[in-house]
Amino acid sequence: MELGVYSFGDVQRNGKKLGSTSEGITNLLEAMQIADKVGLDFFGVGEHHTSYFPASSPGTILAAAAATTKQIKLGSAVSVLSTDDPVRIYQQFATANIISGGRVEVIAGRGSSTESFPLFGYELKDYDALYTEKLDLLLQLNNLDKNERITWEGIHRAPLQDAQIVPQSDDPLKIWLATGGNPDSSIRAAALGLPIAYAVIGGRISRFAPLVDLYHAAAKQYGTESDALQVSIASPGYIADSAQDAKETFWKAWGWTMTELGKVRGFAAPDRAHYDAESNHDGALFAGSADEIADRIIELHKRIGHSRHIFQMDVGQLPHDKFLHSIELLGTVVAPKVRKALASGKK
Amino acid sequence: MVKNNLPRIGVIGAGRLGTALAKQSLSVGYEVRISNSRGPESLELLLSVLLPGAIAATIDETISKSDIVILAFPLRYYKSLTPQLFIGKIVIDAMNYWAPVEGDIAEFADATITSSEMVQQYLHDAHVIKTLNHIAYNEIEEHALPLQSKGYRAIGIAGDDRDAKLTAMAYVEALGFDGVDLGVLKNGALLQPDTRLFNARMSADSMKSQTAVRI
Ligand SMILES: NC(=O)c1ccc[n+]([C@@H]2O[C@H](COP(=O)([O-])OP(=O)(O)OC[C@H]3O[C@@H](n4cnc5c(N)ncnc54)[C@H](OP(=O)(O)O)[C@@H]3O)[C@@H](O)[C@H]2O)c1
Repeated sequence: MELGVYSFGDVQRNGKKLGSTSEGITNLLEAMQIADKVGLDFFGVGEHHTSYFPASSPGTILAAAAATTKQIKLGSAVSVLSTDDPVRIYQQFATANIISGGRVEVIAGRGSSTESFPLFGYELKDYDALYTEKLDLLLQLNNLDKNERITWEGIHRAPLQDAQIVPQSDDPLKIWLATGGNPDSSIRAAALGLPIAYAVIGGRISRFAPLVDLYHAAAKQYGTESDALQVSIASPGYIADSAQDAKETFWKAWGWTMTELGKVRGFAAPDRAHYDAESNHDGALFAGSADEIADRIIELHKRIGHSRHIFQMDVGQLPHDKFLHSIELLGTVVAPKVRKALASGKK
Repeated sequence: MVKNNLPRIGVIGAGRLGTALAKQSLSVGYEVRISNSRGPESLELLLSVLLPGAIAATIDETISKSDIVILAFPLRYYKSLTPQLFIGKIVIDAMNYWAPVEGDIAEFADATITSSEMVQQYLHDAHVIKTLNHIAYNEIEEHALPLQSKGYRAIGIAGDDRDAKLTAMAYVEALGFDGVDLGVLKNGALLQPDTRLFNARMSADSMKSQTAVRI
């Protein structure tokens, strides 16, 4: 079981005001380096374009992390594929992958963030068509043989005529398909033989168990069963020395974020009862002590057999030192406990 | 087990909301048909794993063989439905015009009436009821409770036809929610995105007091 972190580059609070986006990026890079030092398996950077989530270009920061970390796998979480150019994504990630010595992955999703659509001149209503077409091109680029050229034509991007795309990664990049729970996405990932990354941002996490079943059933039907078919879970989470501290601290951080998001998207903000219900047991919010979070990961693993679980900790101006401490607890206390339990469970 | 005296449920759209509503309907004993734009074969695998017992159907069969037809697909495609098939049908419109998430659509952005009234105008021979649009799909199963339990969650219901509304009310309560009559279809405005009720977990009393002024 791989454990890790993902972040949108949360900006700190500076008194009553939001701090600078540049500080958000510096902090993010530091967090990636700490995650590497404490032995975590993965760090993902999720493309967002807001004053409080400024990680707009994952490929750039992944390259910086690639050069300054040793063992941790690095990826986007997610790249908003619909509004990006697959050629550019491939080039940036292949570059970072080379720098890192083969540790870089792409998690391709539609993204919950919609800001990139007007920013890059796309229309939200084309969301599905854009995603399908761009995923197709990205996968083709990733599967090219050494020095093979590509000829490709679609609707949403200029055609490629016998084009050479460089640099080429020595081995293909690992590309995951990200989904928030639409059943057709689980079928699509299986049909393409891709590992799947579920984002579970609310509700009961076990509701994804039937979708994982669907993913495996679809792989059987499409004849794509292989070791490449893996399941990753991404959920909000935060670990502190005491369960109570973790729950109180994360309520402020997560509650703020959901309230802001609610204002932009026009939905009612969650209240404390909602948070309490979802930050325990089967809930999607993994805020608690290291022991509690380890137990919950092990419990979930029994139900869905995921091979990776990553947590978004730094939301809503979570103080940076608390973020780093949470990463440390995940790497030094949660991870050993989970690994031990799963290793003994296999005997 | 399917109870024969219950209205037959037809769900159009087999995504997050459609499968959640189909699943909960099956679990409380309704006969359920479900469809998408790609035809019943495309749903076989999904049904066998997620919704055993549901019947994969074409959109037209879903309409003709059901008493309550639930619209659970992206609103922008509502005119792909065939209005002639809807004579006398009860239609639950669970669709939203949710611009920040799904994009601006001039037809709805410029409209002076609610999206459900537009659906009613198009499906002129149906009885359109606005409901089940303001709850997140996963909460359909997670928040459903036996009749009148503690913490029973309110679901608003708006519609012009009294009998159709009563049928929809009974269905919503059978699913496990406290139905709150919000009056005529145009009051569905109270349930749309960017309102206090959209995505809010509240009791019937709280919903009534929050909407009292408007009704
Ligand atoms: N997700 C929620 O929590 C939630 C809650 C309340 C209300 N809603 C509303 O429910 C609707 C569906 O949302 P969702 O989240 O379930 O979407 P979704 O997961 O994207 O699923 C949409 C479904 O509709 C089908 N579909 C698309 N075009 C269609 C057409 N012309 N005729 C019939 N079926 C069609 C799709 O399949 P094909 O493309 O293969 O046909 C798919 O099965 C939206 O209006 C949304 O605002 C959603």
